[in-house]
Amino acid sequence: MDLINAAIVLLNYTIIPALTYGSQLALGAIFVTLIYGILRFANFATGDMMSFGTMFAVLLTYYFQSVGINFGFLPTALLTIPFAIFMMILYMLIIDQTVFKYYRIKKSPPVMLAMVSVGVMFVTQAIIRIIIGPTDRRFLDGEKFILKATEFKEMTGLAEGLTIKSTQMITIVVTIIVVAIMFWFLNKTKTGTSMRAYSDNEDLALLSGIDPKKVVLITWIIAGILATIGGILYGLDKSYRPFVYFNNMLPIFAAAIVGGIGNPYGAFFGGYVIAFAEIFLTYAYKRFLGYILPESLEPNSLMQLLSTDYKFAISFSILVIVLIFRPSGIFEGKRI
Amino acid sequence: MMLLIILVGIFQSWSIALTIFNYCMISAVMTLGANIQWGYAGLINFGIMGYTALGGLAVVLVSVAPVPEAWSVGGVNMMTCLGIIILMIFSTRYILKNIQNSNKRNYLIAGIIIVGLILIKIIAGPAIEQIEAVDPAKTGFLGGLGLPVLFSWIVGGLFAAGLAFIVGKVALGLRADYLAIATLLIAEIVVSIIKHEDWLARGVKNVIGLKRPAPYEIDLQTSPWFINLVEKFHSAKLDLANSLSERQDILNQLVIDASSVYVKLCFAGMFLVVVIILLIITQKALYSPWGRMMRAIRDNEEAASAMGKNVVKQHLFIFILGSAIVGIAGAMMVTNDGLFTPGSYRPMRYTFVIWVMVIVGGTGNNFGAILGGFVVWFLWVEAAPIALFFINLFTAHLPETNEIKVHLINSAPYFRFLLVGIGLLLIMRFRPQGIIPEKIIKQ
Repeated sequence: MDLINAAIVLLNYTIIPALTYGSQLALGAIFVTLIYGILRFANFATGDMMSFGTMFAVLLTYYFQSVGINFGFLPTALLTIPFAIFMMILYMLIIDQTVFKYYRIKKSPPVMLAMVSVGVMFVTQAIIRIIIGPTDRRFLDGEKFILKATEFKEMTGLAEGLTIKSTQMITIVVTIIVVAIMFWFLNKTKTGTSMRAYSDNEDLALLSGIDPKKVVLITWIIAGILATIGGILYGLDKSYRPFVYFNNMLPIFAAAIVGGIGNPYGAFFGGYVIAFAEIFLTYAYKRFLGYILPESLEPNSLMQLLSTDYKFAISFSILVIVLIFRPSGIFEGKRI
Repeated sequence: MMLLIILVGIFQSWSIALTIFNYCMISAVMTLGANIQWGYAGLINFGIMGYTALGGLAVVLVSVAPVPEAWSVGGVNMMTCLGIIILMIFSTRYILKNIQNSNKRNYLIAGIIIVGLILIKIIAGPAIEQIEAVDPAKTGFLGGLGLPVLFSWIVGGLFAAGLAFIVGKVALGLRADYLAIATLLIAEIVVSIIKHEDWLARGVKNVIGLKRPAPYEIDLQTSPWFINLVEKFHSAKLDLANSLSERQDILNQLVIDASSVYVKLCFAGMFLVVVIILLIITQKALYSPWGRMMRAIRDNEEAASAMGKNVVKQHLFIFILGSAIVGIAGAMMVTNDGLFTPGSYRPMRYTFVIWVMVIVGGTGNNFGAILGGFVVWFLWVEAAPIALFFINLFTAHLPETNEIKVHLINSAPYFRFLLVGIGLLLIMRFRPQGIIPEKIIKQ
């Protein structure tokens, strides 16, 4: 019985939150990796682009709520995803045409493009703050919980409760669907294969008749879908605040590089590596150990390896360690 | 540029103009540091925030008076920990040098690190709690050394140099964009440590009332020589007063205004000295054989390496040098503010804006870097008033309660991001070498 209780504690406080957070990071990391693999630059506007898509979802959610449209027990924000994605892709394409295209055609070094993306980051941030303001916003409606702690306790008769928030379930399910479709697209369709060829060897791809314009267009479309969905899922689970999204860029970068930048499988995996490391290293194991250890050994302290203040620092430290010992990431990077 | 600042002085107030001017100079120093790395050597350092924060930390650790109680409860333990860390470093170095078997070496180093961390956790844990419990509203940290504050500018530079040495050893081998990301994240780690280790510098509880190298306003307002000076300066204005009491009122007001201007002028003088010294040194360095070598390494690493230049060593050296200058700027900034607020260190303000300054001003040119610091900082500060002016101009026909107008006026502060971002994009597109491009003098 104690063992089951211990497992529930671990599941409730670490595994489910880590899976949720990891999914959100994974979507962002695949976005970073796609841009890096095909357009060949580190996009410093990542967090703000995600924030831009989410902004439309938030605004549309408010609009839908005011006219009385809802999605039953699911959050209204899910209904707004297509519109938000459309706006996001539109914005990305405008940016690409006005800003990035020039440097791509000139074949500028990646550093130059990264610097340009810093400019894009500033502009995007300004637009977001002017439109929606910097405040914290919650836009979750519908059912909050799938399983409440008290219900679970009654059902099973265990001492520990298990809570599953609806946003956690939605995040995990949506991520699996989106990522599955994307990998199918990259591996099985002709366009996907041409994208991989373009990423592997640009000159060879051009020689074999692949249209670079089309590849770039499709890349931005997929990137828009990933960025918007990732952003909305994060916003539903926590809350929407532009500054937080900008900061999220850092663990997302960490996830992309840890997995091997340019490699979508690596990025997907890297998101979970970062999330699990952050949560496992900052979780206080007192209650968990209380169940599995005999009473005489029960710990007095919180049994926390690091304080939760260092959550971000952990992911960055992992990144630094990976960069030193395996600069190409856990999976071999630079392949799509 | 000076004209713009003088215009602010006339239209807003001299005090604001001087504040902007001081910050312009601090930004110029930071930009000089970043320019050394990016302009001379082509190293991309997105970790400017971390070095700035370390410079600020130096001010606290050097100038604040020590807290004897905290030292007596936890000082010994913290010093032991410091000793353990130093011991760990030296034993690791010893192992790296003397043991060739790589497996054995790795296990030994891992063992040292784990044992050291556990020891530190055991020794430091209770000491930290005790230190933080000492009068937490006011102190709750070890305090500093109580030395003059100007000394801390040098220490700030040394701190930043130390960090740069570690970062350089770890990350300089990486490709340019990886290096950018790695430095960005390392800076974030540094700031989060400063934020959350309360025993060191009170963390997010901030340290206020730091010492100043300039006189305090209140002292000035009561010192007779200063009042006499103000009286002489404004004698025409004072003569217009009708009665003696009215004259006294005007004089008091003038003295209060003048005292704040005087203090800021003192700071401006000190900062100007630093900027000029750095400018002379960097200018000399740029056109010395060493500067030519750096440019050669930047433009073609392989060729420079073939000519017998030690690229790795030079990169590390210039990385340390640039970071140290940024550290000095960080210390100057905290001294100017008189308070240390770790919570305010954000990558947007302290890394990316500085980079915009470097690129807008002109990479590889010291005058360009200083100009960039001035122009961009001025825009950054004055963007809100300018935006407000234009919003009012374009929405003049709308009624006061119009929703769009109210919303726009409320979001005026965010136009600074727009202005700086568009400025950067335009410069990158049409003048990628910056306003004042690099000059190569043929010798």
